[in-house]
Formats: sequence, C-alpha cells, structure tokens
Amino acid sequence: MRTGKSRLSSLLFISAVVTLLVSVTTFNQLPADHDLHVGNFMVSLLGKYLTYAILAVAVDLVWGYLGILSLGHAAFFALGGYAMGMYLMRQIGDRGVYGNPDLPDFMVFLNWTELPWYWSGFDSFAFTALAILLIPGLLAFVFGWFAFRSRVNGVYLSIITQALTYALMLAFFRNEMGFGGNNGLTDFKDILGFDLRSDQVRLGLFIASGVALIIVYLLCDSLLRSRLGKVAIAIRDAEDRTRFLGYRVERVKLTLFTLSAMIAGLAGALYVPQVGIINPGEFSPLNSIEVVVWVAIGGRGTLYGAVIGAMGVNYAKTWFTGAYPEAWLFALGLLFVLVTLALPKGIAGLHLFKSRNKPTGKMEPKT
Amino acid sequence: MTLRTAIVSIAALYLLISHQHVQAEVKTGINELDPLFEAFYEGRGDRRTEALDALAALRPPATPIDTQPDARELLQGILDGDLMFHKPSSTIVWAIKDGREFIMTSLDRTTNLGRDSSRKVKRLKLNNSIRAYLRQLIAALGLYSDNPTERLVAIEALIDKPESIEQKTLDELLLNEQDDAVMIALQSLSTRKQLGSADPLERLAAVTVLRTDLSSESRAAIVRIESRDDDENVRKAAQAIRLYHEKQVNLFGWAETLFFGLSLGSVLVLAAIGLAISFGVMGVINMAHGELIMLGAYCSWAMQQLMPQSIAAALLLSIPVAFLLTGLVGIIIERSVIRFLYGRPLETLLATFGISLILQQMVRTFVSPQNVPVANPEFMSGVLQINGVFSLTLNRLYILAFCLIVFAALVALLKYSRFGLEVRAVSQNRSMARAMGVRSARIDSLTFGLGAGIAGIAGVALSQLTNVGPNLGQAYIVDSFMVVVFGGVGNLWGTLISGMTLGIANKLMEPWAGAILAKILVLVFLIMFIQKRPRGLFPQRGRAVEG
Amino acid sequence: MLLINRFKLSALAAACLGITSLSLYAQDETIKVGVLHSLSGTMAISETTLKDTMLMLIDQQNANGGLLGKQLEAVVVDPASDWPLFAEKARELIEQESVVATFGAWTSVSRKSVLPVFEELNSVLFYPVQYEGEESSKNVFYTGAAPNQQAIPAVEYLTNVIGVERWVLAGTDYVYPRTTNKILEAYLQANGVSSEDIMINYTPFGHADWQSIVSEIKKFGSEGKKTAVVSTINGDANVPFYKELGNQGVSAEDIPVIAFSVGEEELSGFDTEPLVGHLAAWNYFMSVDAETNDVFIDNWLDYIGDDERVTNDPMEAHYIGFNMWVKAVEKAGTTDPAFVQDAIIGVSVPNLTGGYSTMMPNHHITKPVLIGEIQDDGQFEVVWETPGLVAGDAWSDFLDSSKDIISDWRAPLSCGNYNVSTSVCSGQNL
Repeated sequence: MRTGKSRLSSLLFISAVVTLLVSVTTFNQLPADHDLHVGNFMVSLLGKYLTYAILAVAVDLVWGYLGILSLGHAAFFALGGYAMGMYLMRQIGDRGVYGNPDLPDFMVFLNWTELPWYWSGFDSFAFTALAILLIPGLLAFVFGWFAFRSRVNGVYLSIITQALTYALMLAFFRNEMGFGGNNGLTDFKDILGFDLRSDQVRLGLFIASGVALIIVYLLCDSLLRSRLGKVAIAIRDAEDRTRFLGYRVERVKLTLFTLSAMIAGLAGALYVPQVGIINPGEFSPLNSIEVVVWVAIGGRGTLYGAVIGAMGVNYAKTWFTGAYPEAWLFALGLLFVLVTLALPKGIAGLHLFKSRNKPTGKMEPKT
Repeated sequence: MTLRTAIVSIAALYLLISHQHVQAEVKTGINELDPLFEAFYEGRGDRRTEALDALAALRPPATPIDTQPDARELLQGILDGDLMFHKPSSTIVWAIKDGREFIMTSLDRTTNLGRDSSRKVKRLKLNNSIRAYLRQLIAALGLYSDNPTERLVAIEALIDKPESIEQKTLDELLLNEQDDAVMIALQSLSTRKQLGSADPLERLAAVTVLRTDLSSESRAAIVRIESRDDDENVRKAAQAIRLYHEKQVNLFGWAETLFFGLSLGSVLVLAAIGLAISFGVMGVINMAHGELIMLGAYCSWAMQQLMPQSIAAALLLSIPVAFLLTGLVGIIIERSVIRFLYGRPLETLLATFGISLILQQMVRTFVSPQNVPVANPEFMSGVLQINGVFSLTLNRLYILAFCLIVFAALVALLKYSRFGLEVRAVSQNRSMARAMGVRSARIDSLTFGLGAGIAGIAGVALSQLTNVGPNLGQAYIVDSFMVVVFGGVGNLWGTLISGMTLGIANKLMEPWAGAILAKILVLVFLIMFIQKRPRGLFPQRGRAVEG
Repeated sequence: MLLINRFKLSALAAACLGITSLSLYAQDETIKVGVLHSLSGTMAISETTLKDTMLMLIDQQNANGGLLGKQLEAVVVDPASDWPLFAEKARELIEQESVVATFGAWTSVSRKSVLPVFEELNSVLFYPVQYEGEESSKNVFYTGAAPNQQAIPAVEYLTNVIGVERWVLAGTDYVYPRTTNKILEAYLQANGVSSEDIMINYTPFGHADWQSIVSEIKKFGSEGKKTAVVSTINGDANVPFYKELGNQGVSAEDIPVIAFSVGEEELSGFDTEPLVGHLAAWNYFMSVDAETNDVFIDNWLDYIGDDERVTNDPMEAHYIGFNMWVKAVEKAGTTDPAFVQDAIIGVSVPNLTGGYSTMMPNHHITKPVLIGEIQDDGQFEVVWETPGLVAGDAWSDFLDSSKDIISDWRAPLSCGNYNVSTSVCSGQNL
C-alpha cells in the first residue's frame, strides 16, 4: 500500500519538477516585455530554491527516516560548496585582480608564494566532482563512525553536530586556512569553459539543479523502499528493539548519514555557481537549523514534504524580506512554533497518509 | 527685569569695562580669571598648561563673602567638561545638558544664566596630554587636602615620577602625616627618591626595599642599576633581586592565566547553569536560553535608564528584577508551548528556536536594533592590586563570586527546599511523584521558570562585560550547550567543573594558539570527548536517564 | 515610555513601508533608487541607520522638486546580513525593480558579493563605508575612506604629535583589518620602526573575552617606549575590549587606542566612561563646527524624531554620494547608469565638514582626515586634521602586490586595475 502511494507520489513529484523546469525554460525565452516572461532573476532564484530542496531532502533522509536530527548539515552543504568554489577559483586563472596565473587573489594578498597542497587537483572538474561528494561524505563517515559506535543519539547528537559546524565555521573564518577567510571565494568567471554570467549558463544551472533534485529524489525513494529503508524506519521508531533483533544499527545509520552528507555536498556545489559566492557564513549553526525548519514545515518523513517546505519557506523569506523586512523573523519564529505544536507532520501531513501506516508521532525512543 | 535682559545688560556692562582695560574675549564673571581662561580657551600647547598652572596656584581668599570658586573645583570642572564656553556671550559657564539645550550657571554659581541651544555652548577643548596634566595638578592640590584618601591619591599620582616632588616638600609631608596608609605611601615614594642618591649605602637600602615591589618601574630600575651602578655591592644586590623578580613574574603570570581562565569559566557557568536546569533536570532543549540571557541584560539597561543617578543600586536591583521577569517569560513559554511537547525533545528544540527568533526581533523592533549602553558602577571598576605584576580586575572578581553564589544558592535550593525535593522527584519518576501528590505540571512550570530566571541573572552579569544588544544571546548558546553536555546532563556540579575547565583550557591555549584556534581546539576536543563519553564528565546514573 | 515611543515609531515605519510598496504600483513616473542595507541580522545594528539616512535624503530631494522633473522613489530591501542574499537582492533591485542607482552594503564581503551583479548588469552602487581598498570597479563609487584616508594619517598623527614608538595592530580577522594592518606594517617599517616594536593580533568576530590580550598589550606597552594600539576591531567586539582596557587600568594617557571602526553610532551603545581620551580617525565627526553639518544634524533629528540620535561618518558618505549622484544625473540629463558613470567623475559637492568633496577618476572621493578624541558625552573632539583634502587611493602604494597598479575610469585608459610597469589592464574588463 505504502509502496503504491509512494510510487504515485514520486510520479507526481517528478512531473511537478519537470513541469517547473519546462515552463520556466519556455517562459524565460519569451521577450522581456511579455506578460509571462520569467526574468533571469527569477531563474537564479528558483535555481537556488532547488538546491535548497536537495539539501532539505538530505536532512529529511536522516531526520524523517532515521530519527537523527542533524543540526550540522549546513557544514556538508558548505563543504560541497567550497569544493565547487575552489574549482571556480582555479578557472579564473590570470583574470584575477592581481593577474597572478597561479594563485587566487586572496593568496597573493596574504603573500603566499605557492598553492597549498589541498588546492591541487581542483583545476580538474572530474576531481572536483569527486571531491564534492567525497569530502562531505568522508567527514560524515568519520564523525558518524565514532558517534554511532558510542551510541550518541537524540539531542546529544544534535548538539555535537551543531558544535561540528560551529567549529568548522570558526576554522574557515581564519585567513590562514587558505579558503579566503571571511570573504570566502567569489568573483567567479566561468564553469566548464562557459561564462557564468551568461543567461544560458544560468538557465543550464537551474535545469541541472532540477535534474539533480529528481535523481536524488529517486535515489532516496528507492533506497527507502528497499530493505535498508525499512530497517531505518524501524531504528527511528525503536532503536533498541531493532538492535536486539540483530540488525546492525550502526551500519545502517552510518550508510544513510554518509549518503545524506554527500547529497548535501552536491546541493552546495550546485548552489555556489548560482549565487556567486561561498563564505564561512554558510557554516553557521543558524543555517542548519533553518534547513530543519523547512523539513519540519514541509513534513518530515515524506521526501516531497521536504521539497515543499524548502521551496515554500524560501519563497516566503524572499517575499517578506522585500515587503516587510522587520516582520520576517516574527513570521519565521511563529512558523516554527505553530508547526511543531499544531502540524507535527508538516504541510505534507495535512491531507495525505492520514490513515493506514500512521508513522508514530514521536521520534525518540521511549523513556 | 527678566533673566535674559539681565544677561544682556551684564554682557553689555562687561563689554564696556573690558573695552577700557583688557581686550578679554573670554569672560568668566571674575576679572582675575578672565585672562587665564582666555589663554586656555584660545591658546595652544604651553600657553594652555601655563594657564592651568596659574589656575592651580589660585587660593581662595579667606573672606567668606567672596564667592570665588576653589581652584580644584575649576580644574575638575574643566576635566569633567562641566565648564563650558557660551559662544554668544563669550562666557565660561557651568553647563548641564537638557535635551538639545544647556542650562547655564555663572562661574561663581550665584547667577542663573538661563539656557541655550547646544550649538551655542561649546566644550573647552581637551586632549590626552591636557587631561593628564589636569589630573596631575588636581592630585598635587590634594597633597595638602584634609581628607586622607585625597592625599593618598595625590601621592600615588606621584609615585612614578619621584623627581617631580622636592625632597624638602617630601620631608615636610613625612613629618606632618598622621594617617598610617598615607604614611606608607609616602615612605615608598621616599624610597624611590633615594635610588638617585649619591650615597651607595642609601642606594643599597633603596634597592633592597624594591625587592618586594614587582611593578614595571621597580623592575626597570633594578635592571638599570644592575647594569650601571658604580658600586659592586649595589649591583650584586640588584642582580639577586632581578632573578627573584623574574621568578615571581613568571609565577604570577601563571596565576594571572588561571584567574583569566576561572573568570572566563565563571561566565560560561553562569550562561550554562540555567540551561543545566531546563535541559539537565527537565530534559527540555531550550534554544531560547540565549535570548533569556539577553532579556536579563536588557533588564539591567532598563533599570539604569530608570535610575540614572544611582548606577550601583540599579545594577543590584536589576538582579531580582531580571530573575522575576525572565522567569515569568520562561513560565509563559512553558505554559504556552513546551508543555505540549514533553517527551519530544527535538520538537522543543525547534519550537524554542522559533521563540528565540521572535524574542530577538521583538527587542530589535521595540527597543532598538542598536546595542544599548550599560554603565559599570563605581564599585565594579578598577583592580585589586595584589602586587606590581598581578592584579585582579574587580568586575571579573565580582562576577566570579556572583557565579559561585548563584551556584551555591541553586544547589541549596534543589537539595534542601521542598520545591527542590519535588523537582528531583518529578525528574526522577514523574508518575510516582504524581502519585505522591506532587503537582507535576506546576513543578514543570516553576522549574523552567527557575532556569529562565537564572539565565536572566546571567544576563545582568554579562551586561557588565560585553555588549547588550539583540544578538547577545546567540553568542552564548552553543557554548552553553557544550558546557552542559561536557559536564554531564542533570548534574549541576558537572556544569560548574566543566565550565571552569573549559575556561582554563581556553586561556592556557590562547597565548600560543591565538584566540580563534584555541576556541576551535576546545570545540574539537569536546566533540571527540562526547563521542567517547556521551554522558559527559559526570554521567547521571540510574533508570531515569536511560534511552 | 521609550518602549512605547519606539513602538509607535516602528508602527509608523511599517505603515510607511506599506504605503511605499503600494505607491510602487500607483505611480509609474518615478525614478527608483535602491537601498540595500541589512535591516535584520547582525549588521542591522549599523545599517538600519543608513537606510533611514537614504530615506531622509530622498524625501528632501523630493521636497525640493525631485530630479529631472520626476519624483524619486526609494526601494528598500532587506539582505538580512546574509552575504549571498546581498547578491540576490541586488539583482532583484536592478532587474525586477529597475532601480537606476543603489546605495548600500557595509561589510567588505557584502560588497564583494554584490560586485559581480553590478558589473554584469552595468548599474551603479554607492558604497559608504571605510574599506580596505585594493579594488576599483567601473560600477562602484567608494564614498567611504580608503586606507590612505584613514589609517595612514592616523599613524602619522600618533608618530609626530604623540610620539608613539611601539605599535599594537589589533583587529578582527577579516579582510579589512588584514589589509589595513599590512599597509600599516609596511608603512611603519619604511619609517624605521623595527619589527619587534610591532605586535599584530587578530581575534574572531564578536570576541568577548579580552583578558589575555589586554594583559599582553599592557606588558608590551610597559617596556619604556610610548605605545599605541591601532584598532581595526569590528563593532561588537569593541565594548568588551574597551571595558577590559578600563578595568585593567590601561588609560588613554598610557596607551591610547586609535580606532577605525568606532564612531558616534557605536559609542551610543557604549558606556563611554572608560573610553574617554581614546581616539578615532574618520572623515567626519558629528561635533564638527560647520554650517552644513548643523543643518544636516537638525534635519536628521527632526526626521528620526529622537533627539538622542547621532550622526556618523558613513551617513556623511551617503550624503556626499547621494548629492554627487543627483548632480551627475542633472549633468548627464539622464538617469541611465552608463552615462551617470561618466558624468559623475569630477563632480564636487559640499561635504559636512565645511568643504567640498570631489569624485576622482578612480571612483574614490577627496576627504579631509580628522582625528578625534572620545569625550564622555559620546562625541569626538577633533584634535588634529590633515591640512588639506586627501584623495582616496584605490591601490595602496605600500603593498608589493599593488604598488604598480593605478585606476582611472576616464577614457582612454578606462581601467580600474592598470599595471603601470607591465602596461596591462586586468580584472573587470576581461
């Protein structure tokens, strides 16, 4: 039954995303004074929302299905973003402010004479693509390896994931780290030889984000429908019982956590060329919590809910900060409170999955 | 005759008089002072200091009917900016700010000169060297004061420049001094003067006295003597003392680091201890904890706004006010939101995070997005000088003590009071406690209110150290959680020890790692520690915490 | 009382905002001007005031008949102290709202974030804050101070007037302090200060525990030579820093601190008692005795409806920048940014210190440099000023990487990054 519904919902979901991609692309081609014309600003904005949606899916994967509330997913997102940013920096070549063909501007500025070892390889897109997935994945693997083996869970895990992203933020703020300090990486010129400022490339990135979202969605959906997914849900609902039944709880957790981090990294990598900057602010604990809220509002435990939440909240944010800047935090704060109190299953819980396999309301093992 | 016409006619009179003898452009109402203030107002460099010298040399005439102000009062007035220049009438006046205007009084304080726009009333220009010069003059005038404290201040101002006081004056003062503390200060001044003596024995004696004096001047003097003195005995004595000094300086350097660490620790403990109650005892993740601290800090600002005349009383009063107010806010939060989320800690985390955003924006909208100023009361400024190299800043010392008092009070409350018993009962076994007649819902509210109230108190303490602004809370939230988790949830003693440990560790690393790296290292250590021992330093045992 | 007043004020402000956003649709014949300052998040502390300043300036211009016969309309957006959001909002202003000029940004990173957007869409940005230099964009006009308009004169003052021989360069760890300190270090060493007489220290944003650092500064300063601290410490970290200095008994007479980021607005959030006598270097102080300044202050206090508010240097920068833009638009006869960029070079307008400021070909302006001492009323007393105006230098002569670079946006050079030794123009135009 669930499988059927899930199939149906993923079909609906994919057609929705495809519709969005196709219609935006079409309307973008219309002349600028046409009523239905979608401006480049809107394309970038939607592209950004799509990368947020991928990040939300990553968070939902571990929170909604595994019960791990990660307050550090912004770290994986930012790491993926930095990897992409490093590639884009290398593409600038000698077109930087100081015209140094070997070093990015900020290194020239810090009087560095050679590229640090960890920057080598980022000239190649293939290497970068690998790094985008592996760096966040590796961090998540190591972190998860220790955390899950010591059975750190619940709020403790949330707090140390928060500490992780906080520590990374402080570290990336340091100019000595070689990642541009507070200013981060910016002033990108082109990607894979195409000019980043051209409208076609912007549209291309938007479509790429949409396609990535579909792939990620399908991947997660099939994974969750597999045996692994069933065990994950069992862990979420009763970790100890699952363990006593003989399942290797740590392995399942580690697999999904690492995968989730890789997806977040991918989202970050797609995000950076579209917004044109990556800086340590992306690591801030606040960002991670915001992602959690998108998922909570959209409805955790449903992948499309996470996507709805991410797109919806960010659209609201864009609108509010334009129309009523002062009211935005009030609105966001109230959303947090109301959703947790009144809509524990988020928007997705409003109409679907009302009966049948009612997922338990609580995400924590019994006390 | 109205006041204004009175001023006009006085001014006209002055114009007439001044036209006759001096071309005074700065008037004071006292002929003798006109040239001095003019020189000070118009002059530059030496002319200004000479004018101040002349002012300081003025002695009030003995006749009681004469209202010429005291020289010290005038100098102090210049230093404090209370004496100002009224441009339209070219008069030096006592001025008090009132909105966009100043209320003016004549220099002898006998005539009310009305009010005028702040554009027209200018400050007498001061800069650092003039300010230092004024302080010295005021202090020197204090040497002959009847008040021993003033004499002490005057002598201490001279201690670094013994050459500026004549031996004769010093001897005279030594002979006449009655007060013990002042006497000791005078003697040490006299020792300093002897270092320049021609007699090697006198120098030797003076050097020996410097053994216990670790101040940088004393150490510099010893180094100088060791390398330059003609007499070998004096040099040898100086060398021994230098080695001793170096050892002491090193030792007290460690003591200083320890104090810095404890003081940072006390801030961490204060910030975290409210959280230790709501998180540790109740299992509620309160992300709005930082904002409750912020509200407490705003309480101390608001109290100071209400009682601008008595900063100290305002600060002391703001402790109970902040406790009650933030406690109340805490109870409201608990009643309206948290009680629906018990047993779902991750949801409380989200809901309280929403509350924290609302509280922040409320302060921005209804108070100001800017930081607000909170003054340090007199008793909290300054240092407790242990010796020349080691001093404890009073505000830090008070906050350390305050932290320990709050901690002790909290421990006592939980351990010995009926309320504490009920809190422990509810946290250990809710249903059993209820069966025994404990009104658990009420206890929940009160416990959360208590945690919030303590956060408010912490805010009052923090307002003495750092910015009071809408972002205050965010700076402490991650640290607070780390302290609580590191110490072991549900264990107040753990929180105390963990806060202090983290503070000291931070300060030990800071000199070689730098402030940023030290903080990162501490965080990384914490992450690894918690992964090794998820329950912290002092894990709570028993069924209550399992799962 | 205060609370209620503030509430009314903000209710009013909210109502006004509502009205402006409505009028957006009502009237088409307006000239739209973008205001890109954070109204929430950490930077709201500083930037909200600049938004109000811009609204006031635009109001005044409208009251005086508008511009080119049209009314001006401010489009206010909130980038929420979020750097990528700055770029997004800049794009929104230019592409969606069709603003012809934007006034905004505060931090270096926010400027860096919006820079590509302004260049791509060829619009203009007026940036009102003192900054690190090493930049000159065709599309940005830098009305705040470059390092040679703030840092170098400040050090000259300390060396020549105060006789300072030992230097502590303390800053927050980001690009502005790093650049400024690098320039100062090079400058000091060129002037014969040995490297052991220079101590450099960086701290994170919002650093609150200054005990160890102040204790180090105290030791560094107690070795006989006159010592001063050159502070590029950023906003929030300043209060605890000065408080710690005061508490550890370091007075302005012993070790003066000269700050480049502490102005009247920041002081209004301080208890100024421990700060008296410390210094700041700016191009404007509220206490400056000038007719234009008096008028500006009166207008500001009336506009904001609160006598306790202050004016500061970045506000003056907006005042100058806005008037320059108005004059350039009148000169060009159009608001088209492409023409305004050319027309504005060489435009002179009154500044608030009683003189005139001119837009230079490198998109920086001429300004006087003032050194002020903090007074207990939260104001500065000017103790020194440069004899004439100083022209902003985009590329520092004291840095190896930029000493050969010049900027001149006039034809035929039209380059913001021209290397005179290799005759190569790099950067933007490629």
